[in-house]
Amino acid sequence: MKVPISWLGAYCDPGLPPDRLAERLSMTGTEVERVGTAGAPSPDGFVVGRVLAAEQHPDADRLRVCTVDAGEGGERTIVCGAPNVAAGQTVAVALPGARLGDGTKLRKAKLRGVESAGMILSETEMEIGDDADGIAVLETDAAPGTALSEVLPIAETVLDLEITPNRPDCLGVYGIAREVHAITGAELGPEPWAEDAEATGSGDVADLASVTVEVPDLCPRFTARAFTDVKIGPSPLWLKARLAAAGQRPINNVVDITNYVMLLTGQPLHAFDLDRVPGGAIIVRAASEGETMTTLDDVERVLDSESVVVCDRDGPSGIAGIMGGQVSEVSAETTRVLLEVACWNGTNILRTSNLLGLRSEASTRFEKQLHPELTMRAQRVASKLMVELCGARLVPGTIDVDNTPPPMRPFDLSYHPGRSDRLLGMEVDPDRAAEYLGRLGFHVHGSAPQEAIAVTVPADRHFDVTREIDLVEEVARVHGLDEHLPATLPGRGGAVGGLARHQVLLRRVEDLVRDAGLDEAITWSFVDPARGGFPGLGEIDPVVVHNPLSEDQSVMRTDLIGGLLAACAHNLARGAERVAVFESGRVYLPQRPPGDGGPLGGRFAGSHPPPVAEPHRIAAALIGELTGHRWRGSGGPADFYDAKGLIELIAAALGLELSFEAGSRPFLHPGRAATVLAAGEPIGWVGELHPEVLARIDARAGAAFELGVEPLVAAATTGDERYEDVTTHPAVAEDIAVVADAGVGAERIRETILEAGGALLARAEVFDVYEGEQVPEGKRSLALRLDFRAPDRTLTDAEVAEVRAGIVAALGGIGADLRG
Amino acid sequence: MLERIEAIRDEARTAVAAAGDAAAVEEVRVRYLGRKAELTTILRGIGELPPEQRGPVGKTGNQVRRELEALVEEAAARYERTELDARLATEAIDVTLPGTPPVVPGHLHPLTRTRREIEDVFVGLGYRVMEGPEIEHDYYNFTALNYPPGHPARMLQDTFYVDPGSLGADPLVLGSDGEPLAVPPGPRDVLLRTHTSPMQIRGMEDQEPPIFIVVPGRVYRRDSDATHTPMFDQVEGLAVGEDITLADLHGTLLTFARAVFGPDRDVRIRPHFFPFTEPSVEVDVSCFRCGGTGRFENGRCSLCKGTGWLEILGAGMVDPNVFGFVREHGYDPDRVQGFAFGMGIERIAMLKHGVPDLRMFFDNDVRMLEQFR
Repeated sequence: MKVPISWLGAYCDPGLPPDRLAERLSMTGTEVERVGTAGAPSPDGFVVGRVLAAEQHPDADRLRVCTVDAGEGGERTIVCGAPNVAAGQTVAVALPGARLGDGTKLRKAKLRGVESAGMILSETEMEIGDDADGIAVLETDAAPGTALSEVLPIAETVLDLEITPNRPDCLGVYGIAREVHAITGAELGPEPWAEDAEATGSGDVADLASVTVEVPDLCPRFTARAFTDVKIGPSPLWLKARLAAAGQRPINNVVDITNYVMLLTGQPLHAFDLDRVPGGAIIVRAASEGETMTTLDDVERVLDSESVVVCDRDGPSGIAGIMGGQVSEVSAETTRVLLEVACWNGTNILRTSNLLGLRSEASTRFEKQLHPELTMRAQRVASKLMVELCGARLVPGTIDVDNTPPPMRPFDLSYHPGRSDRLLGMEVDPDRAAEYLGRLGFHVHGSAPQEAIAVTVPADRHFDVTREIDLVEEVARVHGLDEHLPATLPGRGGAVGGLARHQVLLRRVEDLVRDAGLDEAITWSFVDPARGGFPGLGEIDPVVVHNPLSEDQSVMRTDLIGGLLAACAHNLARGAERVAVFESGRVYLPQRPPGDGGPLGGRFAGSHPPPVAEPHRIAAALIGELTGHRWRGSGGPADFYDAKGLIELIAAALGLELSFEAGSRPFLHPGRAATVLAAGEPIGWVGELHPEVLARIDARAGAAFELGVEPLVAAATTGDERYEDVTTHPAVAEDIAVVADAGVGAERIRETILEAGGALLARAEVFDVYEGEQVPEGKRSLALRLDFRAPDRTLTDAEVAEVRAGIVAALGGIGADLRG
Repeated sequence: MLERIEAIRDEARTAVAAAGDAAAVEEVRVRYLGRKAELTTILRGIGELPPEQRGPVGKTGNQVRRELEALVEEAAARYERTELDARLATEAIDVTLPGTPPVVPGHLHPLTRTRREIEDVFVGLGYRVMEGPEIEHDYYNFTALNYPPGHPARMLQDTFYVDPGSLGADPLVLGSDGEPLAVPPGPRDVLLRTHTSPMQIRGMEDQEPPIFIVVPGRVYRRDSDATHTPMFDQVEGLAVGEDITLADLHGTLLTFARAVFGPDRDVRIRPHFFPFTEPSVEVDVSCFRCGGTGRFENGRCSLCKGTGWLEILGAGMVDPNVFGFVREHGYDPDRVQGFAFGMGIERIAMLKHGVPDLRMFFDNDVRMLEQFR
């Protein structure tokens, strides 16, 4: 909402510099986006002048040499190119030194040999109108030399306001004026609709027009007035200037009046050429499905059955509350005008405006729900202007189809100062509160504030202020939160803060993976349905976005690895030699969320579960050397065991046992991939990337994993450790080398040993693997360190030997022998 | 005999003094103190001497032996040390070459860092951290937050909706009354949450007052340009009890702003409008680059654009209508009151770390990520 300061000042002038006023508005809830200007940057150098003589330029057909009285300094010569300049005119003059709207500084200049000491201005040069064909002739009694800014808003300061959706009353200059009055206490001028025009026309409006509203729910009120003897022409300069400064292009006096009244009162209006409305009959009805009409902007619109149209007997002449049509548009020939001021259902207007992709000054107001009472205000203001500016005669009577439903009738509210203070934590004197409410347009009952202040809510605020709390807000903001609101901290009431266990553990895991050398990525939750074309990822049905911004982001991700691979590709394409990234985040699975488990599994607080499952996962992709190049040499590109090692790091930090079973996925190397299990249940996968995947991201080697986090956290023992005495009776360590078929998994051998070792074998860990000359073809030697320990005694050699013999026997059972 | 011992002593003293390195010292030791040395022989043969000589010879001999032993030991130690020093000198390395840590740590995403920092401030103020669903029922995202039917935020151009056919078999979806729908869900019943505020409702359903929670998480809006990404992150805050005031909101956010942006910061509260708070406010923090003046000697501050203030969040007192939706969970609108706030993590991270473009957070360019530890 653009508010020219001089227009605002006509109704309320707080006497503050624009910047101070803007700050005060901002601090009381009316955000000022910027303080701009319309027209020249400064009024300096612009004066009223009188053309004393205008003679043909001796050397130029199109130029006139004018003698102009511009006040101080006496007569001056100004060369002017306008065809309409003539002696006797009062005009707008820019003197040398003045800055024009486009920033250029005017200088004395010779035009075809004649020196020109200034410039006589056109409307466009003043940026107050659109008439560029000739100079603007002023209708003023002001003496030559008078500052032009006293006559026209030549250098207008304009407040650009961002009006919150609850305040359609501030989408009108008078509403802003009332706001300024409320927050500054400066006097507010009388309501512009206080006086109505005198109906000097003949007959009655009912003789000329009729209105039928078929959809009273969607049109709470429809008013119409008729005007005869209308003379279409340009609007006076002052009106053009106000419109232009407010961002509206002047068109003709009738259209300008509708725009002007809308900008003043916040209530949109529409003017019909009455002679182009057959029989003067207006019908307000729902459109039929697929019905079309051409709006003023020359676009054919296709409507649906929920849209409301304003029709004449031949069909739609406008889309209700959004835009008029061309059929009964006011034109230069118009002499009789039917002025419509209606109230529409805001939700319906918003819906239709969205359906059509068509927003207008009118629809942005109507969609916020205006009150039916505003219609007659606008009729009154517009009628006076029609009479004053168009020479029109108002036909007696108003067609008023009033379907205002009971909920839109005026009502009272009570404001309890004590309650307000308790909510705000700030005391506002009851007298002051009553004063603020009064200034805002609330009718305050009674004089001395009692325990409660009773008010009637004005029509402008009918939908916004419906409860006492809304009055509290009004009082608080006008009183001044910035100045008066204390800064205190709430009483705790026994509430205890802190991170939950799963949050602590998740941070631990993330930090650990970070410290192991990985960078954290955050990738999009929505992905393309083909999941980047990586094999296998698209096999899981996704949750589909109904109205995506693009096909690339049209389904919710079902894995993290796809996004990480894209991140790898992004970095590799930009010259990175290694990429090691991880993500800790959710996937979205089209299934009911789990009945138990914590938030990391997708079970969230609240009376009802969410529509789908959103388990939290952690995934990593490792491309190239994990540590990067080092001057002492590096470990080679990350492989299966690097990825598995990261998982084991996580397991160790959380104090849990994971197992790994050979098993691949389409995007992994078929022989170098495993399913990860916790307590026997699969929780994710780990593996080297399939060469086809690597080729897609332009990498040579790489490994990755993806795990559900909830099972990890559920099985975590970190924090629950119990002390165990391992020092009184220290362990006896012994190394063994086991030779078995290369196909026998290391874990099988280890488990066999642990089982055979029983209670006395505390630990068995593989520390070396050998294949080659020393062992037969097809066999492999594993070296393991065994720790034997008993809690109650130090083991003797004989005891250890006995256990060891049992282990050897058990290994024999799976075809494994001790080596050497 | 005694003379001979003293002669040996003098000889040996000279020899020790003359020995130029550890090997020479060792040679001296063997010659004068070894098993075949003269002094050793004398001392070994002491029993064969006449009884009257045994005492003086033994005493002097042992005295000399101890003296020589000490001399040799001292000389040996000196030369060992010298030689070790010499060897170590040859082992010098270039200490300016880079070290080789066991691993080179990676980096947390700046948004994670910022989120945790925010969480930690509120944990310190006695808040719990909660998570909530990103794919949500309209009921929690809009209805229970006092958005009227047909509110602009519910329009297709602002909110991402979920295709009901893609929710899986027999999904549970809430109707506008907050009860499970008896009919199959429609195209506007399930959405990607547009803010973290639905967790106000879920949090209150979960816990009676007093409640102090913050809820970080991803949110989604149909916007994509230089200053908007369709996915971004918020932190919601909710504090409800019997006497929590707007002034308490002011103090809480002042504390927060000082913890995150520095102890000299100030906050400013401007009235605003949100459907689920009343009164509603927007909160600015004084600019930490220019100190809130908006100006430097050479011109206006580019961070706050000369205003001295940076907008960081929206907040307000929980609207009684919102309490009405959780009344049976202990939130009688006539008895409880409190505040809620919501801030964008990206905005705070951009301000704090000078990140110029929101979209950088989601490029995952390691050259960017590696700037944040």
